[in-house]
Amino acid sequence: MSSQEPILYTVDLKKYFGEVRAVDGVSFKISPGEVVALIGPNGAGKTTFVNVITGYFNPDAGKIYYQGKDITKASRIKKIRMGIARSFQLVNLYDELTALDNVRIAVLSRLGKTSIFWKPVERFDDVRSEALEILASFGLEEKAEVPAKALPQGERKLLDVAVAFALRPRVLLLDEPTSGVSSKDKHTIMERIVPTVRNEKIATMIIEHDMDIVFGYSDRVVVMYDGKILAEGKPEEIRQSREVQEKLLGVTAGAS
Amino acid sequence: MPSHASKQVRNKIIGYLIFLLVLALIPLFVRAGIITEFVQNLLMYSIIFAIAGLAFNILLGYSGLLSFGHAAYFAVGAYTVALAPQFIGETSFEVLILLALAASAIVSMAFGYIAVRLTRIFFAIMTLALTQLVWALILKLYWYTGGSDGVNVKAKPLLGIPFNEFMSRPEYLNTVFYYYLLGIFAISLFIIWLVVNSPFGRALLATRDNETRAEFVGIRVRLYRWYAFIISGVFTGLAGALFAVLNGHVTPEQADWIFSGDIVFVAVLGGFRFFEGPILGSIIFIFVRQYAMGYTIFWRLILGSVLIVLILAFPSGIMGALNSIANRIRAGSRILPAAPTPTPTAITDIKHHQEGGREK
Repeated sequence: MSSQEPILYTVDLKKYFGEVRAVDGVSFKISPGEVVALIGPNGAGKTTFVNVITGYFNPDAGKIYYQGKDITKASRIKKIRMGIARSFQLVNLYDELTALDNVRIAVLSRLGKTSIFWKPVERFDDVRSEALEILASFGLEEKAEVPAKALPQGERKLLDVAVAFALRPRVLLLDEPTSGVSSKDKHTIMERIVPTVRNEKIATMIIEHDMDIVFGYSDRVVVMYDGKILAEGKPEEIRQSREVQEKLLGVTAGAS
Repeated sequence: MPSHASKQVRNKIIGYLIFLLVLALIPLFVRAGIITEFVQNLLMYSIIFAIAGLAFNILLGYSGLLSFGHAAYFAVGAYTVALAPQFIGETSFEVLILLALAASAIVSMAFGYIAVRLTRIFFAIMTLALTQLVWALILKLYWYTGGSDGVNVKAKPLLGIPFNEFMSRPEYLNTVFYYYLLGIFAISLFIIWLVVNSPFGRALLATRDNETRAEFVGIRVRLYRWYAFIISGVFTGLAGALFAVLNGHVTPEQADWIFSGDIVFVAVLGGFRFFEGPILGSIIFIFVRQYAMGYTIFWRLILGSVLIVLILAFPSGIMGALNSIANRIRAGSRILPAAPTPTPTAITDIKHHQEGGREK
């Protein structure tokens, strides 16, 4: 997997907020079909890193390459259209709309159909069935007609990922897809996400705090600390790294 | 599932057709002496307000943007019909309507371009401020607009036929103009329904519910809000154009922020979370206002009290109140026979049923 050309890589990426060096020279790469866990203590710069890649913030220095092209300056919308999608740590859904509509809007947007105003949305049978298929692959087919706000937290987290997935991305950045749910539900969520993204050969980066999840589902682990990459390697290598243990796992084990 | 959704749509369309049919029979009821011409006249005002309310609700209900400036587009439509004959001579109403649509499109493009940069209260204040601009212009350009006296508007030929020349004004309004108005209402209803139920309408709902997510699925939020603003403004202008002929007189009052408030009132009263809300709201607003005006010069006090009660007791408007009653009856008859101990999922399902109703 690592022998493959990376689909996305960053070179010495930096993002400062005044004195705070949130992302401080990160060089990172990810290949198609790879599931990378990005771990690190709170404030290590993980979410900022995702925000810079997706164009929410412009980097202060460094480059982002996607499919061999420099996309550092590309707009948010352009990056989405190119195939870089994300989910959110705090679920971002259309709360009043059904699960089906949450996914359907993403499908319509990907197909460039959201400007059609002269035909009822229900007449787009292909869009509807694709949205239902996506819901099914996340185990949400029964909930298609339920408003997002009425779903339990675990399913809201899944739906958030399903919406990103509906954009058919080549790179998927998942910001804590299992935060705020019980540890049993964490596994249910990962059992849904990981096979689905592997199936589609999507390069997936998952920000995660739960070490069971990190070691259980990722191909590679990247450890961020103080805006820098502290260590990187296969899950078992990271588990055995003394430096990581001291700076991260020790803290996490103590906390949980 | 698809049959369920399409069945719902079919029922709704049947409902609209019955409603339009009843409206079409009104002149016959008048002739039979069941209702008075005056009531028919009020209905015409209601229909015009309904078009403006439906248009306004594309913003409030479907985009989450409270415009306090819809009087501007209404007035632009009305004044276009009133003033254009000075320059192009008397023509058929269709020509004037097209001019009114064009004028309100231009004004709403310009105002919308500025307003969609903002949201929430800032959007409301900006639209209010922009409307006052139109109001001030109408008042100050009195050599064209007649200032606070306004302009008289003659009855117009319809579809090129000069009904106005061989009919008395009341006869013209209560027969041919009535059906003309009804036709335009039906077309507007159809188009606005299509807009809010289209993929574009869904995109608007997305921007309403979660702007961040809408952006991250690739929707250009501001641009879509601008489109919605223009569509809303154009249909409000159309309502204004119809108003000019029905009222026979246009004044700066139609550009006043109080008039903007009336349009907001109509949508909130009927229920802005429902497509049909503004229609119901318009009918009730026009009739209550008429009878309140008959009682007291403080009729706005009565409307204000209605609004306070409404917001406290029925925040989702009359449609919302009716809908939750209907749901309770339906849910009651479904759940009572079995009377099972509700599992947690059953509870959320019922809850969602009641709340979910607010959507449609």
